[in-house]
Amino acid sequence: MRDVKEILKDLTWIADNPRACLDEVLAEGKKAVGVMPYYAPEELVYAAGMVPFGLWGADMAVSASRQYFPAFYCGIVHTILELGLTGKLSGLSAVMIPLTCDSLKGMGANWKYGVKTIPIIDVPYAQNRKIEAGKAFTTAKYREILEKLESISGKKATDEDILAAIRLFNENRAACLEFVRLAPKHTDVISALARSRVLKSRTFGDRARHTALVRELNEALAALPECTKGVPVVTTGILADSSELMNILDENGYVIAADQVAYESVELRYPVPEVPADPVSGFAVRLAETEGTSVLYDPGKKRAADLKDLAKEAGAAGVIWVGTKFCDPEEFDYVPVKKVLEEADIPLLTLEVDRQMVNFEQIRTAAEAFKDAVQ
Amino acid sequence: MTVKRYFLGIDVGSTASKCVIIDEDKRIAASVVIPVGTGTTGPARAFAAACEEAGIREEDLACITATGYGRNTFEKADRTVSELSAHALGVHTLYPEAKTVIDIGGQDAKAIRIGSNGRLENFIMNDKCAAGTGRFLEVMARILERDVSELGTMDKEAEGTVAVSSTCTVFAESEVISQLARGVDIKSLVRGIDESVAVRTAGLVKRLGVIDPVIMTGGVAANAGVVSALEYELGTEITVSSIAQQNGAFGAAVYGLQKTVR
Repeated sequence: MRDVKEILKDLTWIADNPRACLDEVLAEGKKAVGVMPYYAPEELVYAAGMVPFGLWGADMAVSASRQYFPAFYCGIVHTILELGLTGKLSGLSAVMIPLTCDSLKGMGANWKYGVKTIPIIDVPYAQNRKIEAGKAFTTAKYREILEKLESISGKKATDEDILAAIRLFNENRAACLEFVRLAPKHTDVISALARSRVLKSRTFGDRARHTALVRELNEALAALPECTKGVPVVTTGILADSSELMNILDENGYVIAADQVAYESVELRYPVPEVPADPVSGFAVRLAETEGTSVLYDPGKKRAADLKDLAKEAGAAGVIWVGTKFCDPEEFDYVPVKKVLEEADIPLLTLEVDRQMVNFEQIRTAAEAFKDAVQ
Repeated sequence: MTVKRYFLGIDVGSTASKCVIIDEDKRIAASVVIPVGTGTTGPARAFAAACEEAGIREEDLACITATGYGRNTFEKADRTVSELSAHALGVHTLYPEAKTVIDIGGQDAKAIRIGSNGRLENFIMNDKCAAGTGRFLEVMARILERDVSELGTMDKEAEGTVAVSSTCTVFAESEVISQLARGVDIKSLVRGIDESVAVRTAGLVKRLGVIDPVIMTGGVAANAGVVSALEYELGTEITVSSIAQQNGAFGAAVYGLQKTVR
């Protein structure tokens, strides 16, 4: 059995070298399709014989994308377009753009105009995602998406192909969730940064290889004595993969006991059900069942209660709200989240992170002070 | 003979360096403000001036605690503490009944809740934006060709208010220049500027929740116009700390005293 550090090194390399991972895929003669946030049916890409490649932007300064988006715009969307405009995503056969938030809705037209070499596939979904008509609409749209993917790959996806892809990705979700469960029990070897890198790495390259690596990591962790030293917290937000932010959490002895982050556990918690009679309909069911996220219609605002329960179950000393700058859906959710956590007497640290951020001193100060408050 | 021990707190801020030395009974032996902050000679000068004022040598200090934006760059520090915790402790030491602290410094504003035991209980900080901070007032004072310390008196003498509606410092600067071009009363414009800071700060404090007694710290607390406008916005009385600008440094010194093994 390999050492935890060795396995982490492999996973961290994947997370930190997405372009090299894409080049590996292309060198194998496979086609890759970029998948933007959120909750896209990336299994369909795999079923059509291609490799889905996560596009969540990058921590970088933008220049070219300013021609298309105003300065006060989501940094995730800004940096994805910047990567596209500057040729960093060359080789992708298409990009999938889920229409889950207003910022992404503005991406399609700009991408078409600015990145002419990479076609887009819009991913619409029914906002009333829980009712049968909504599920039928989403399923119909996803069938159209599958047809577009098949035309790009030149491979017809059979129902068996789709079910096999669903199984493969669900296995990956399960392995990652097991890692999320094990990580806070091994704080001597799994830092907040390492945790983030393990989860981020799943979106780049071959998913089966990732599952194998995470399973290997889980086995290695399970064989170690437990270490729970640190201040347990639950993170919530769109994404929490900033190296600077993770380093600050580590420096201050925080341990991510659980998360409600769209890029992390929210995506993992809801497997796609296998429906042999109509495999594509499984994605609509998954979308209907997904909770704890600001970008899917949630009239009851269950996210706040889910977060409270998660924090209590995890024995967290507090919750860290990792706000994504200029994210309207997150701002709307902040109000009920703050209210519910206050009522439950769960301390809340509110941070705001941007992809283009270079100075983290205010966050460092807030993280230090929050530790004083909860300890 | 028992040798008296001293504890130094230094608040390395963005626009000023503040240094306070206290004795074991938390009595202030020296209190210094140098109007330049992190990355300048300010911290070293504040440190030297405080030692001189207290009549002690560096080796007489039992603990040196740094706080503020540049706390991690002050090499003489034995300890560091976040400015939020330092302000909470400083205010609690001087005003044990205080529940809410409003601190407006050179480049940020904070609202702090103090728990029953004097500990930092909750807090909220402004966004990375100069509006609603001391920097905003400095920019406006420059346009008005006044020293920032004059704004409080001018506000008091104003007979009306010329509202400054822009929330961004850069836009507000243009707005103030336009008002000057129109020939409005400068004192009324100063009141509008002060109210603009108060409105932004009140929004921040209300997000935390206002619980009396409220104490104000930070350099902007010296501006009576902002304090008055803030009292109006929050609908409550505000007590300005007797060591408003040095409160963070004082809190850091107290922190060092508490943490040092006797």
